[in-house]
Amino acid sequence: MEPSTITVKKGKPEAIYDTFERKAGKDKLTTHYCPGCGHGRVHKLVAEALSDFGLTDKTIFISPVGCSVFAYYYMNTGNVQAPHGRAPAVGTGLCRVRPDSVVISYQGDGDLAAIGTAEIIHAANRGENMMVIFVNNAIYGMTGGQMAPTTMVGQKTQTTPRGRTVMNEGHPIRMAELISGLEAPVYVERCAVTDTKNIMKTRKAIRKAVQLQAEKKGFSFIEILSACPTGWKMTPKDSIKWIQDNLEPYFKLGTIKDVSAEREPMIKPVPTNDAEAIYSALGLQKGKTKASTDRAIGEKRIKIAGFGGQGALTAGVMLANAGMNDGLHVSWIPSYGPEMRGGTANCSVVISDRRIGSPVFESPNVLIAMNGPSLDAFEADVTAGGTIIVNSSIVERKVKRSDVKVICAPLTDLAADLGIKAAANSVAIGVYLGHEKVFERERIYDVLKTSLKKKEALALNIQAVDAGYAFAQGK
Amino acid sequence: MENPANVKKKLPTVEIDLNQCKGCALCIESCMPKVLSLSPAYNQLGYQYAVYGGNGCTGCEACYYACPEPGAIAVYKEKKVKA
Ligand SMILES: Cc1ncc(C[n+]2csc(CCOP(=O)(O)OP(=O)(O)O)c2C)c(N)n1
Ligand code: SF4
Ligand code: SF4
Ligand code: SF4
Repeated sequence: MEPSTITVKKGKPEAIYDTFERKAGKDKLTTHYCPGCGHGRVHKLVAEALSDFGLTDKTIFISPVGCSVFAYYYMNTGNVQAPHGRAPAVGTGLCRVRPDSVVISYQGDGDLAAIGTAEIIHAANRGENMMVIFVNNAIYGMTGGQMAPTTMVGQKTQTTPRGRTVMNEGHPIRMAELISGLEAPVYVERCAVTDTKNIMKTRKAIRKAVQLQAEKKGFSFIEILSACPTGWKMTPKDSIKWIQDNLEPYFKLGTIKDVSAEREPMIKPVPTNDAEAIYSALGLQKGKTKASTDRAIGEKRIKIAGFGGQGALTAGVMLANAGMNDGLHVSWIPSYGPEMRGGTANCSVVISDRRIGSPVFESPNVLIAMNGPSLDAFEADVTAGGTIIVNSSIVERKVKRSDVKVICAPLTDLAADLGIKAAANSVAIGVYLGHEKVFERERIYDVLKTSLKKKEALALNIQAVDAGYAFAQGK
Repeated sequence: MENPANVKKKLPTVEIDLNQCKGCALCIESCMPKVLSLSPAYNQLGYQYAVYGGNGCTGCEACYYACPEPGAIAVYKEKKVKA
């Protein structure tokens, strides 16, 4: 049969919205980019590939911070806008929970190679199932043309008005080479949206990366040298030439790594959001929270302080864990400061029947002072009506406050009597629970069982808790 | 679009939506047969816009890929299909 002809149109791809409704102002048809900006060219190539492969609806596109912060105005895909430099971290979450999606982390060089260096390196190193489109325009475009890690030596920017120097700012970072040095990444290519030949090479690289994504082959990285006429203070035409003359000799174009043929598709374990599974993984029983037992304990803000080696921090962890296992809300924060050296080491524990707003507090309602400096440091902070437990074995002075309940317990002596002086912290917990039963002593036993491997030590610590408990009850 | 008559006329052809053009002239640079030029007039956005002379487009699509604006340029051409 005679072949017939049809008219085909090469125009805006389906993965770009017809009209940009999210964009402010009257004009909903053009982008917010400057004339001649490379971002628009790259958007079109990505969108074309997604449209051609039928992946538009499967794609989650992550907009960065930078001029492309509003890429979600244009991409007719799923969209997330990430904090500066964090797109690969956000992408990690996305591709883990939605393993069927094509995840694209779109980033500029300020975003990816400056503030987000850690995120990109580690996402690449974990081989996350995402593709990164790295638009390298050798400058911070959005903020008005400051130096980026990729700025060329000699290049004048707002922050290098006399030109970047190796002496002061170091060499431009070649991110594609850096990423390709890692084991996990499957495909790393550098291209340039300059002349038609190179735009078509960029197109090919993007299409390959999209396909590798669809096949779940792991992490791909496409670095694209791209014009920023505004930041460079050049015409669009001169900008293209500047890329060719200045960027390309340093940032070599081509495939830097490609092991896609050897790699098997890989899907990382998918985290569950099934409540039952989470409860059972955490060893909790659904419904067994404080609320269901109606035990209103209020909010206990417990400061435990002592010198290093007295186990103040460990005591805090034990209390918090026991509280958590009891279904209460808990938090634990250690304070490591210069005071660690010889003075007081302390931690803040909150045990509450409500959600905890902040794990940091200024006024504890319980202070366990295991040595003198701790009492000196925190006595004044305790709320009126609160409790101060003082290790009377070694604290010589009396508590000055008269508006708090004071329990002077010989923590160190009680522990020493059992032959295990190091268990003064367990005694302290016993004293506290004897004074204020936020939960049963058995909860502490259970925590001790998981942390102490030696039978002897376990038995002695349980006795230490009991000794403290008995002391407080006897009061 | 502004000038659908073009489409009907002679293929291949290129259609430029004058009000989506930012006058960067990158399409003009990319066009081998040099059939695109900048208008002396200004569009709604305040730019001189790219125009097609009406003859000589080869349908190579280079201008489409050169243009940073998603909807400014469309290239039309004939494609043979088996009936
Ligand atoms: C946490 C944070 N720090 C700094 C900024 C300011 N800031 C906005 S964009 C940007 C750099 C963007 O440069 P690049 O990633 O190269 O993107 P371009 O604009 O060139 O496309 C900076 C530093 C910010 N928005 N947030
Ligand atoms: S400042 Fe540079 S990167 Fe930003 S939109 Fe303008 S040309 Fe593009
Ligand atoms: S399709 Fe090719 S020949 Fe036609 S106007 Fe565009 S660049 Fe020129
Ligand atoms: S490349 Fe696009 S925006 Fe630039 S002049 Fe041509 S049509 Fe206009």
